[in-house]
Amino acid sequence: MEILNEIKFTMPSLSVNEGAARAVVSSFLIQADPTVEELSDIRTAVSEAVTNAVVHGYRHEKGNIELTVRLLPNRVIYIRVRDKGCGIADVERAMEPLFTTAPEEERSGLGFSVMQSFMDKLRVRSAPGKGTTVTMRKRLSAHGD
Amino acid sequence: MKIDIKNENGTAIARLSGEIDHHNARELRSELDRFIASAQPRELAIDFGGITFMDSSGIGLIMGRSKLMKECGGHLEVLNPQPYIRRVLKLAGIERIVKIR
Repeated sequence: MEILNEIKFTMPSLSVNEGAARAVVSSFLIQADPTVEELSDIRTAVSEAVTNAVVHGYRHEKGNIELTVRLLPNRVIYIRVRDKGCGIADVERAMEPLFTTAPEEERSGLGFSVMQSFMDKLRVRSAPGKGTTVTMRKRLSAHGD
Repeated sequence: MKIDIKNENGTAIARLSGEIDHHNARELRSELDRFIASAQPRELAIDFGGITFMDSSGIGLIMGRSKLMKECGGHLEVLNPQPYIRRVLKLAGIERIVKIR
């Protein structure tokens, strides 16, 4: 994978860092000059992935969340959100719309649906006790589109 | 995150501004729930005109307040969501539960 630029950011699993993650992504993406809608889509997808790590991955203990953002050729944005939390036993089920294991926090169970809908590609790798890695890609429109 | 609630004759408008994510939603939720429990409005409209970011945490916030308002015999409306927020609302099918104006 040819990487034109990359930023890596590690943060503790504090909910206040959901906003920090969005701010980091927004700053990095300025160089790619995305449309307002593209930037909103990516910020929302990142917010969902980081929130999942805070609420689900580290629901029993605090830990670190690693966010990687890459600018790839052909205006492709690559995002990876990785935690070393409790992991997901059944990824397919977790990705079903409205499925949530945290109804007491009023989680709507739409996090993965938002990521899928707002990004071009979504991949989730997870195993119980091994943490979760979410990777997403989105191709930005060419200038003048 | 800011919330400004005005209540007149049982009809209340809660104007929100800032960003709604999982972190901020908790505070909003408690403030709105406190208001609903004490003022018991027949109608509550949440104005999203000043919201600059919202992820699916906003969906949980709306669904929870809609349920609470129904339990209290009232109903909830959503006002002025920006186009980008409308996309999140549409994805959740929220218009089947609350009126969006």
